[in-house]
Amino acid sequence: MNKGWRRAVLIAVPYLWLLFFFLVPFIIVLKISLSDTAIAMPPYVPTFSLSEGWSGIQNFFSGLDFENFAWLLDDRLYINSYLSSLWIALVSTFLTLIVGFPLAYGMTRAPESWRPRLLMLIILPFWTSFLIRVYAWIGILKTEGLLNQFLLWLGVINDPLIIMNTNTAVYIGIVYSYLPFMVLPIYSTLDKMDDSLLEAAIDLGCSKISAFWRITVPLALPGIAAGCFLVFIPAVGEFVIPDLLGGSQTLMIGKTLWNEFFSNRDWPVASAVAIVLLLLLVVPILIFQRMLEREQEGSK
Amino acid sequence: MKFFLKFITLTSTLALGAGAAWSAEVRIYNWSDYIDESILEDFTKETGIEVIYDVFDSNEVLETKLLAGGSGYDIVVPTGSFLSRQIQAGVFQKLDKSKLPNIVNMWDKVAAQTAKYDPGNEYSINYMWGTTGIGYNVEKVKEILGTDKIDSWDIVFKPENLAKFKDCGVQMLNAPDEIIPAALNWLGLDPNSSNPDDLQKAEDLLLSIRPNVQKFHSSEYINALANGDICLAVGWSGDVLQARDRAAEADAGVTIAYSIPKEGALMWFDQMAIPGDAKNVDEAHTFLNYIMTPQVIAKATNYVAYANGNKASQEFVDEEILNDPGIYPTEAASERLYTKLAYDPKTQRLATRLWTKVTTGQ
Repeated sequence: MNKGWRRAVLIAVPYLWLLFFFLVPFIIVLKISLSDTAIAMPPYVPTFSLSEGWSGIQNFFSGLDFENFAWLLDDRLYINSYLSSLWIALVSTFLTLIVGFPLAYGMTRAPESWRPRLLMLIILPFWTSFLIRVYAWIGILKTEGLLNQFLLWLGVINDPLIIMNTNTAVYIGIVYSYLPFMVLPIYSTLDKMDDSLLEAAIDLGCSKISAFWRITVPLALPGIAAGCFLVFIPAVGEFVIPDLLGGSQTLMIGKTLWNEFFSNRDWPVASAVAIVLLLLLVVPILIFQRMLEREQEGSK
Repeated sequence: MKFFLKFITLTSTLALGAGAAWSAEVRIYNWSDYIDESILEDFTKETGIEVIYDVFDSNEVLETKLLAGGSGYDIVVPTGSFLSRQIQAGVFQKLDKSKLPNIVNMWDKVAAQTAKYDPGNEYSINYMWGTTGIGYNVEKVKEILGTDKIDSWDIVFKPENLAKFKDCGVQMLNAPDEIIPAALNWLGLDPNSSNPDDLQKAEDLLLSIRPNVQKFHSSEYINALANGDICLAVGWSGDVLQARDRAAEADAGVTIAYSIPKEGALMWFDQMAIPGDAKNVDEAHTFLNYIMTPQVIAKATNYVAYANGNKASQEFVDEEILNDPGIYPTEAASERLYTKLAYDPKTQRLATRLWTKVTTGQ
């Protein structure tokens, strides 16, 4: 194989990946979102059949419409679910940043020989199944759980705290589960930072605290942004954590989608919900992409 | 490219290998914790047919797999109201009764009920049936009410009653198909009503008790009751009785009881059926016939503490299960049990929307 060929194959790989694992499923879901429900296998019409020839294809396209998207606007439930998901994701991302930044900062300040071990500790929880770790939180947070027993024993509280089955439990679950996604990018930007910049700032009369705010934080911004997007985007569509830790009042789009798909057997509306969610998430992803590009240009 | 070729050869050898290893087998998809596993081993010993056994925990999950097609299972176990809609959608094939001589053992009374979902019982046989009632922590109820018996839905559907249990913990099934009929029945309305006004009344009632319900969930209450985390649960008979047994085993001072309230309760039927695209149809019939053997299904009932639809099996069912009115209700209690048929799509949407409003407040 000559060089040009090899390059073409290399470039084609990510595009083929996108085509088969993103574009094709997206078009299938989009098609279902334009269909109508039916008591049949699969539970919607029209379905695509080539056996009827040209008229079959015409019937197929004439059976599609945007009714399901109009339905999403009709009922406040969907808009409220989107807003509530975005809010829960936003708060969780903020909390993850508050916890994650000091962790990452502390790691870069630790002696060089410790750092591989500390990094290892951050990654270690991934060795256990995500589901089991979320289940473990039930044992910790429930009314008769470890946390309450400990606090009662300390005498800090007299009555057990009700955390399990509330939004607080959801925040705890999300912050815990996504923390490594926040710590790792911040750590990698802080680790690359040149310490002599701080020394220079202090030599020039800057206090340690203002050197932190004026040098360290701005230089860590790309890492902070990457961490925030890595937490925010999956948190919006999160289903497992709110289902296991949240209460019945926890409203998130993942749950609403589940209801449409499983309880109502309304695959078309469920698909429409998924399409809108995707569009909502594409915006922050594009912003992130733009930021990355700008940063790369800057470093050149 | 080489990698791709290797990959293709590898997968095709795997596929061939799987094909060569093929022997008589039957793939079963049943509810979790719903059989004595030794029954499956005995079946393989007797017939030489391998059993591949998977489990699910909600009708919705099963139905979605069936409607998508190509589930790969030869026997599935939906509940009656789901079964009837799936029959309509053309999911199942008719049973070949000539291959099911043991069908004579079945209980005519149960068959008459299941015929509401599956006219003539052409597509399914009954596996287990049960009721949806109230499970409770006996000591805590005595502490709060002064009596250790609950015999009425008043305790759940009167907000002032349920409020007394709020701090102690109340859970309900996350199953609109079960709770809405219970609410309608308590209101004196038809539990199967699809009239929007009736559903509105059920919604108002459920919203009034909503603040006292900690969680709507269909499996957590088993452990929560057994551990003493909650005091009251609207749940399935066998699950509450499982909680009772677990509590007794743990011996931590928790006693659980199950009640079919005097106003009546929902009676449901889990039916075994064969999907139209099943690959091992003969083996599936062999299994269905085996499970209708009185001794076999009695063993299953003794294990899961649910009643079965096999009359001849009753002489092999443990005394304490057969005489437990929570499992095999008395004649008088049976008369107050009602069944729930499948909703039409429009009512289904209304019911699910109602349920979302009740559970999330939206």
